[in-house]
Amino acid sequence: MSLRFLASRLAQGLLVLWIAFTLSFFLLYWLPGDPVITMLGAGGELQSFDPAEVARLRAEFHLDQPLIVQYLFAFGSLLRFDLGTSIQAGTPVTEAIASALPSTLALAALALVIALLVGIIIAVSATLSRRPLLRDALAALPGLGVALPTFWVGLMLLQFFSFRLPLFPAVSDGTPAAIVLPAVTLAIPLSAIIAQVLFRSLQNAWVQPFVTTFHASGYTRLRLLLRQALPVALLPTLTMGGVLFGQALAGSVVVENVFSRQGLGRLAQTAVTGQDIPLVQGIVLFAAAVFVLVNLITDLSYPLLDPRLRAARRTRRTSTVTEAAHQERGSDVANPVPSSATAGSEGARA
Amino acid sequence: MNIASLHASDPAHFAGGGRAARTRRTYSTRFALAALTAGSLLLAGCSGSAGAEGDDGQPQKGGVLKVAYDTDPQCVDGQQVGYNVTLNITRQITDSLTDQDPKTGEIKPWLAQSWDVSDDAKTFTFHLRDGVKFHDGTDFTSASVKENFEAIRDLGAKASIGQTYIDGLKSIDTPDKQTVTFTFDQPNAQFLQATSTMNLGFYSSKTLEQTPEQRCTGDLVGTGAFTLEKVEHDKAITLKRNDDYDWASSLAAHEGPAHLDGVEFSIVPEASVRNGSLLSGQVDVDTTVQSQDEQTLEAQGLDIVSRANPGVVYNLVPKTTGQIAEDEAVRKALNKGIDRQQLATVVSDHQAPATSVLAKSTPQYEDLSDLLAYDPDGAKKLLDDAGWKPGADGIRVKDGTKLTTTLTYWQDAPFLELVQQQLRTIGFDLQLEKKTIAEVTALQAEGKEDFTFGNLTRSDADILRNYFGANEQNSNARKPGEIDKVLARTTETLDEDARKADFTQATKLILDEGYSIPLVELTGIVGTGKNVHDFAFEASSRYQLHDTWLGGEQ
Repeated sequence: MSLRFLASRLAQGLLVLWIAFTLSFFLLYWLPGDPVITMLGAGGELQSFDPAEVARLRAEFHLDQPLIVQYLFAFGSLLRFDLGTSIQAGTPVTEAIASALPSTLALAALALVIALLVGIIIAVSATLSRRPLLRDALAALPGLGVALPTFWVGLMLLQFFSFRLPLFPAVSDGTPAAIVLPAVTLAIPLSAIIAQVLFRSLQNAWVQPFVTTFHASGYTRLRLLLRQALPVALLPTLTMGGVLFGQALAGSVVVENVFSRQGLGRLAQTAVTGQDIPLVQGIVLFAAAVFVLVNLITDLSYPLLDPRLRAARRTRRTSTVTEAAHQERGSDVANPVPSSATAGSEGARA
Repeated sequence: MNIASLHASDPAHFAGGGRAARTRRTYSTRFALAALTAGSLLLAGCSGSAGAEGDDGQPQKGGVLKVAYDTDPQCVDGQQVGYNVTLNITRQITDSLTDQDPKTGEIKPWLAQSWDVSDDAKTFTFHLRDGVKFHDGTDFTSASVKENFEAIRDLGAKASIGQTYIDGLKSIDTPDKQTVTFTFDQPNAQFLQATSTMNLGFYSSKTLEQTPEQRCTGDLVGTGAFTLEKVEHDKAITLKRNDDYDWASSLAAHEGPAHLDGVEFSIVPEASVRNGSLLSGQVDVDTTVQSQDEQTLEAQGLDIVSRANPGVVYNLVPKTTGQIAEDEAVRKALNKGIDRQQLATVVSDHQAPATSVLAKSTPQYEDLSDLLAYDPDGAKKLLDDAGWKPGADGIRVKDGTKLTTTLTYWQDAPFLELVQQQLRTIGFDLQLEKKTIAEVTALQAEGKEDFTFGNLTRSDADILRNYFGANEQNSNARKPGEIDKVLARTTETLDEDARKADFTQATKLILDEGYSIPLVELTGIVGTGKNVHDFAFEASSRYQLHDTWLGGEQ
C-alpha cells in the first residue's frame, strides 16, 4: 500500500466533499423560501412579520450578505469543523447529527446483516436449484425486492406483526424488539441488490472448469459452492459497499418515518421541509463523507482480500488498484480459481 | 358538584365543548339531539359521569398517557413558538395568571386570585396566589411575572405571538410580592384574555437566563401540573407529574396534583400508523385523526374528541395590492360563489363550514351565515356589472386581464379543490399550488400574491383587529377606514357585550367589502382510547390534561 496511493485517494475524497458542499449550498440557497420567515412562522398560521426583526435575524444568520460572501463564510466555518446551528431547533448541527446517528447506524447495521444472509441464501439456492422453474422464480426475487415500495412493505409488516399480532411495537419505544420490523423493511431492497450481484457472480463461477474438476474429485455441489465459489463471488458484492450504504441511507428516510424512529433520515426529511439550510448541508456533507470513506475502505481492503490484485499491482505498476478492481467488477469473476489456491501461491511468493 | 360536570350537564353548552366534556363535540345540528339526550342523562346522574361508554366517572390515579403526535415540535418553548404541538406541551408545564372558560369565554382566576382593570383599560393589576412554586422549588412571585414579561419583550420577533399581546406595554410594577401592575400606552382590553394563554406562561429565573435556543431544546422549568422530563428530537417528549402541584385553575375539576403519572408524546408521522397504534392500544391518543379513519374508530367504540379552533376560520384573504383582489366586485363575488354547505361534505363530520370570519368557539362569535349565502347568479351579476365578461374558455376577462390567480398553500385542505370547482362556474379561475410550509410562509411575507389562505387561532375576537386592522398586520393592505374605527373601540372596554357588538359590526364590514372569504372551521380531531377519560380542551382548543385520567377497559 503506497502512501502516494493513499494520499491521492484522500485528495479525491476531499474533492468530492467540496463539490458536495458547494452544490448543496447553491441548490439550497436558490430554493424559494426564507429560513428566517419559516423559523418565525407561528405554526404556519397566517401572520405578518416585523421587517426590522426579520432583518435583524437575517443578519444573525449572515443571510443579508451577498451569496458569495455567505458561501465563503460557510466554507470558512466548515474548515474549522463548524457546521453551524440548526435554524429550526437552535442546536449545533454536529450535535443534531450525532444524536440522530446511533439510531440510524443500529438500523442500517442490522438491516445489512439480514440483507447479507437473505441475499446469500437466495443466490445460493437459485444457483444450486436444478429445476429451471424454481431457479427462475428465485432469480426473479431480487427484481421484486427492489420494486416493492419500502413504504408499503413497512405498513404491511406493521399491519400484520404489530396491529393484528402484537409481536412488535409499532412506534419505536427504545426496546430491542422495536428495531426488528424496520430493519427487515430496510433489508429487503438491500438483500435484493446483494442477491442479484451474487447470483450473477455465482453463475459465472459455476460454469468454470474448476467446478467440474472439484466435482469430479468428490465435492458435493453445496460444499463446492460454499467453500470455493462463494468466497470468490462475494468479492464483487464487497465493491457494492458504497451503493449499499447509499441505499440504506435513502431507505432510512422512509423507514424511519413509517416506524417513527429517530435518525438521520427523519432529520434530513424535517430539515428539508423546514428549509433548515445549515442542517441539510450538514447531513449532505456527512453522507458524502461516509460515502467517500466506505469507498476508500473498500478500495483499500480489496487487495487484501483478493491477492490477485496485489500481484496485478506489482506486475503492472502503471495500473492502479481501482482500475483492477473495476475490471474485476466488470467481468465479475473472470478467472475464478479457488481463492485458497491463489492465496497459497501468493503466500509462497511473498 | 364540580365545575366540569356542571358544564357537561348543560345541553346548550355540551356541544360547544366544556373543559372536561369528553365525548365527540360537534356543532352540526344533527348532533344537537344527541347532545340534548346526553345532557339530560347527565342531569339525572349528576355525578360528573359524562362518558359515552358509561364508566363510573371516579377518576383513578396513575398511568402514563401515551399521545401520538404527527409532527415534532422543533421548539418546545411556548413563549417563543405558536405551533399547536408546542403549545399542547407548554400548557401542561406552565400555568397562567388567568384561565378562560372554554364554554363561556369568561376569564377566571388561576395564578392570580383577582384583578382590577382601570376604566380606560390601560392599567391591569393582578393579585397573585400565595404558595406557588416552580418545579425547581423557587417561589413564584410578582418578580417572576415581571421578569417573564420582560423576557418575552426581549425575545422580539422570536416571541411573535406574545409581542402582539403586550404591544404598547409601558411599565410593570411590583409594589409587593403578591401584586403586579401592567400599564399600557393605549387601551388594551385584549390583554386580560391574553394573560390566560400559554404564550404568556411562566418560567423560573434559571430558565430565563438560558438562551432562546437552549430553551427550545427543553431546558424549561415552569409551575405547571407536569414537569418537562425529556425532549428527544423526532422521538418523544416526556412529562412527569408535579407532585407538589396545589394551584390548579379555578376551572379545574379537581384540586392538587394531576391524576396521570406522566404523559409521553411520541412523534408518529404516519397517519395509518397512528391509527393502527390507537386501535391496537399501543397509544392512548391520536392527536390527528384522518377523516377517512373516523368511522373505523367510532365503529370500534373509540371516542373522537374535537373542538374547533377559536379565532379566524380557514379563509381566503385578498390583498388589495393585487390586481384582481383589488376589485371589490371580485372579492364580493367570491363570497357569493362558494357553496359552504357543499364544502361540509368533503371535510370531517366533526368539522363545520364557516358561518362567519370567526369560528363558533370564539367567545364573541355571532352567526353571520346570512352574509355568506350561496348565490352564484348574484356573483355572476356582480362580475358582469364590473366589466368581467366570460371569455371563450368560460374564464372572465376585463381589459385583457384574465380572472385567474394562483393560491399557494401548505395545509391539508382538500376542500380547496371543491372551492376551485365552484368558482370555475362563476368564471373565476383559481389555480392551486401546494408547497412546503417554508415556501408558502416566505411567499406570504413577500406579499405579492392576490390571495393568501389560512387560519388564526385565538380565543378572543381581538385576532380580527390584529389580523385585519389597517394599523396592525393589515393583511388586506387596506387604507384605514370605518373597520378600524370600530375595531379600535374594542380595545377600550372590557364590557363583553359591547366588545361583541363591535366585533360583530367589524366582521360585517369585513365581509361586506369582501376582505375575507371564509371557508370552513379548523377543527382538531383527536381519537382517544376507551381507557382515556376527561381528555379536555382549554379555551384555545389546546389540551388541558390536569383532570385527565386512565382507567377501565384498555
